[in-house]
Amino acid sequence: MTYIAKPSLHHPSLTCNALGYTRRDYEGRISTLCAGCGHDSISAAIVRACWELAIEPHRVAKLSGIGCSSKTPDYFLSPSHGFNTVHGRMPSVLTGANLANRELLYLGVSGDGDSASIGIGQFVHAIRRGVNMVYIVENNGVYGLTKGQFSATADAGSVSKKGVVNTDAPLDLVGLALQLGATFVARSFSGDKEQLVPLIKGAIAHRGAAILDVLSPCVTFNNHAGSTKSYDYVREHNDAINKLDFIEAREEIVVDYAPGELIEVEQHDGSVLRLRKVDVAYDPSDRVAAMRYLHERQAAGEIPTGLLYVEENAQDLHARIRTVAAPLNTLDTAALCPGAAALEKINAGLR
Amino acid sequence: MQPTDIRNPAYFHKVVDCQWACPAHTPVPEYIRLIAAGRYSDAYLVNWKANVFPGILGRTCDRPCEPACRRSRVEESAGNKPEPVAICRLKRVAADLKDDVRARLPKPARKHNGMRVACVGAGPSSLTVARDLAPLGYQVTVFEADAKPGGFMRTQVPRFRLPEEVIDEETGYILDLGVEFVANRRIESMRALLREGYDAIFVGSGAPRGRDLDLPGRREAAAHIHVGIDWLASVYFGHVSKVGRRTLVLGGGNTAMDCCRSARRLGGEDVKVIVRSGFDEMKASPWEKEDAMHEGIPILDCRVPKAFLHDNGRLTGMSFEKVRVEYVDGKRRLVPTGEPDEVHECDEVLVAVGQENAFPWIERDIGIVFDAKWDMPVVDKLTFQSTLPHVLFGGDAAFGPKNIIWAVAHGHEAALSIDLLLGGADTRDRPGPAVELVSQKMGIHEWSYDNEVSNDQRYKVPWADPAKTLKSMQLEVELGYDAQTAWKEAQRCLNCDVQTVFSDNLCIECDACVDICPMDCISFTWNGEEADLRTRLSAPALNTGQALYVSAPVKTGRVMVKDEDVCLHCSLCAERCPTGAWDMRKFFLEIAHAGDGAPKAGKEKAA
Ligand SMILES: Cc1cc2nc3c(=O)[nH]c(=O)nc-3n(C[C@H](O)[C@H](O)[C@H](O)COP(=O)(O)OP(=O)(O)OC[C@H]3O[C@@H](n4cnc5c(N)ncnc54)[C@H](O)[C@@H]3O)c2cc1C
Ligand SMILES: Cc1ncc(C[n+]2csc(CCOP(=O)(O)OP(=O)(O)O)c2C)c(N)n1
Ligand code: SF4
Ligand code: SF4
Ligand code: SF4
Ligand SMILES: [Mg+2]
Repeated sequence: MTYIAKPSLHHPSLTCNALGYTRRDYEGRISTLCAGCGHDSISAAIVRACWELAIEPHRVAKLSGIGCSSKTPDYFLSPSHGFNTVHGRMPSVLTGANLANRELLYLGVSGDGDSASIGIGQFVHAIRRGVNMVYIVENNGVYGLTKGQFSATADAGSVSKKGVVNTDAPLDLVGLALQLGATFVARSFSGDKEQLVPLIKGAIAHRGAAILDVLSPCVTFNNHAGSTKSYDYVREHNDAINKLDFIEAREEIVVDYAPGELIEVEQHDGSVLRLRKVDVAYDPSDRVAAMRYLHERQAAGEIPTGLLYVEENAQDLHARIRTVAAPLNTLDTAALCPGAAALEKINAGLR
Repeated sequence: MQPTDIRNPAYFHKVVDCQWACPAHTPVPEYIRLIAAGRYSDAYLVNWKANVFPGILGRTCDRPCEPACRRSRVEESAGNKPEPVAICRLKRVAADLKDDVRARLPKPARKHNGMRVACVGAGPSSLTVARDLAPLGYQVTVFEADAKPGGFMRTQVPRFRLPEEVIDEETGYILDLGVEFVANRRIESMRALLREGYDAIFVGSGAPRGRDLDLPGRREAAAHIHVGIDWLASVYFGHVSKVGRRTLVLGGGNTAMDCCRSARRLGGEDVKVIVRSGFDEMKASPWEKEDAMHEGIPILDCRVPKAFLHDNGRLTGMSFEKVRVEYVDGKRRLVPTGEPDEVHECDEVLVAVGQENAFPWIERDIGIVFDAKWDMPVVDKLTFQSTLPHVLFGGDAAFGPKNIIWAVAHGHEAALSIDLLLGGADTRDRPGPAVELVSQKMGIHEWSYDNEVSNDQRYKVPWADPAKTLKSMQLEVELGYDAQTAWKEAQRCLNCDVQTVFSDNLCIECDACVDICPMDCISFTWNGEEADLRTRLSAPALNTGQALYVSAPVKTGRVMVKDEDVCLHCSLCAERCPTGAWDMRKFFLEIAHAGDGAPKAGKEKAA
């Protein structure tokens, strides 16, 4: 926690995006997290991604639960909408908000405790339903806010700061997301913005449930030797399977890679995800193969990162249940309340 | 790039832009903080030690520190009118608001060391030599042609810019150190002075000759044409007390500005400055030009004087050729526009077109070699010695007209040379500066300096009512900041001496410092050549005059690179660093003066 506000002065070369905003305009209040927390780097990556995409801040809804990670929406995109839900309940509030108004960008920010422990029931259903959202889990393997108890993503054998060994099996958020039908699945590391920023941009451009599991070391309770979520451990075991370049719709695409090294995935908004393969055998459009590959690598003690799976023609919840396109708050009384005759018709259909 | 050697005092010194730019290396941010804390006497003494004349300089300094001030580089980014901290006028605050400091100044030496030093002239350079040497036991005698000490500070700088009491006070502090002041004594012969057996002689006789303009009509209309610096001296001595209603001032330097503003006060109702060059290329400082124009004096540029017009010896006006400024191969040229000459009617002309040295009293056969081209003494730029090792030159006498702060800087170096020379040491082997680097950390987020960055724009120094000041040569125009405004102006200082110090072995590469830095100063990247590195940092480092601070490799093999250019010294990097890899440390540097370091024992300071 810092006492002084971040000075508004900035570098002379700071530029404006298409909306006329600088990167600094996407910042939030100064963080109250521990100095060095991975979560703050993820906030910085979100700021950068939104600035680069020239996202209108007032068209973003930030939703979170409880935890250090869930506090971070205060630290970026100050002009955006925000909702801090009960612990673990962010996915259902997000789903409801999305159903009411599909025109906003829904940014769910959560922790491993918030999503994998208390909120696991909510997490899985939001994914199953294909809610159009960017869901970022800031995964540190512990409950940071309540002083470092193991969370459900802590690896078996990982040692706590006090020396206790975790004996429970870990929950793999990426594996779960794949199995539950998420259409954009990625894993990254707070300490690697070159990888993380394009992934966030890709997730924003994706229409459907985009899940990002971002390893984000807790400097205070889980950054010691014996932890499998420390800066050192993640750096040593990081296995980047591909490199993502996010290409906006209006940019010209120049290809200078040999065939087989490159995969391009066009998004709904015309933007292109270009994946440079590091591991040539990996195919991020094959869900089953991706799951198998991940299990193998994880069994070998590695942490595969990158864009693990993306479905080109994904459908979201609205498409599936054919809701009205206009936000509910723009409908007039006649549309919202069609009257007794309409009700009678619906009831008749149910008899 | 090689890892930066922060043990070399020059590295952090350069980060303190103002102190680096100050010829006397005044610890600027240190005294600004003392002012903010209301410790005016302490602030005064920090200044006094470094620049000898805080009250005088706080009103008149050419302030090379201000264009260097980091503040003007960071404010630009905020889209405001970029302005440096009012370093100079804060110095005046220290002088104005201090208590009686006499008890805290050095005392006259209790015992003489048997060495006698003569100073020729009592300008700022000689007085600095005297101040540095007298407390060490040297018997210093200052010979001055005028009645009072101060040199040009007294006889040229007009009283409405610099009150006489301030000169009396600050020259008095020096004479009170047991310096012998011989008034009204012009040295007519160096040969004779040498015969008096002084162990060293310092020549601080200035650049006393004003350039004239040899144009048609000059001789005929002589009664109403004056050389600027002679005229200003005559005003000071009371020989001149009024000027023609319509007065032209020729020249674009600070002397011209003092001439025109003085003329305004001595009955000149229609006073104009006419200058050959373009307005922007004028030698006068921007603020001096502003002050003149503020007093209703137009500055007409691009006009080359051609002739003095007169009616049987009675000056009637001057004619000028109109030119425009062109740059050919980067060289400035004045090209006639072809328009007809312009005539400006006038009753009096003040010629302020430059100053020269003159050493008629130094014989050329006594071992002091003069340069054939300029007829200037050959003076060593490091030691200020002439070709006679125990005769030294400084101030305007050494390398031509400069200003007070340079004269002071020369005085310090010459005094150090004299001390080394008479102590039997090599004058080229000069002691380094005294340096301290002290952590400012008091708690997790507490620092022993005020790290909050003010967004205020530069505060204006209030002025006395022009209706009154324009009627008086004595009434000081600037009133100086009051304590409250001084505090606010002091808050604008970025504390550039509180250095960001990086320990590569502590860094865990969490990026917290990179993310928090408001100025995008910090990057972790792969090492490379400087030119290449400068392009691939968090923000491009385009100001090559400012250093990159490069660490040894951190764990991943990358290096930390910090661009010093626009750092606010706000400490946020250090506050967000979980391991203390960044620390804020106050860098205090004092250059060596006479008596510091070799060969005298017991004066060593930790480097
Ligand atoms: C009009 C004008 C305005 C200026 N305004 C400023 C300003 O605002 N700020 C600034 O920084 N600088 C200013 N300067 C420049 C500044 O005054 C000089 O650079 C500075 O005073 C030089 O100091 P010095 O030690 O070389 O000696 P000087 O100040 O030039 O003094 C030399 C002294 O030596 C005496 N002397 C000369 N020959 C002999 C001799 N043979 N025997 C005995 N005594 C002798 C002279 O009488 C004089 O008192 C101004 C100059 C002028 C002309
Ligand atoms: C219903 C409820 N149960 C328990 C808590 C206590 N609690 C607060 S935060 C937290 C865990 C947060 O862990 P995580 O989501 O991983 O966030 P982190 O702090 O690690 O970023 C818990 C259990 C609570 N606030 N509410
Ligand atoms: S901001 Fe302060 S310390 Fe920095 S250069 Fe300016 S005066 Fe000096
Ligand atoms: S002190 Fe640190 S955080 Fe502040 S501007 Fe300088 S490098 Fe950036
Ligand atoms: S905050 Fe400290 S530990 Fe983290 S990257 Fe910066 S210097 Fe290294
Ligand atoms: Mg957690």
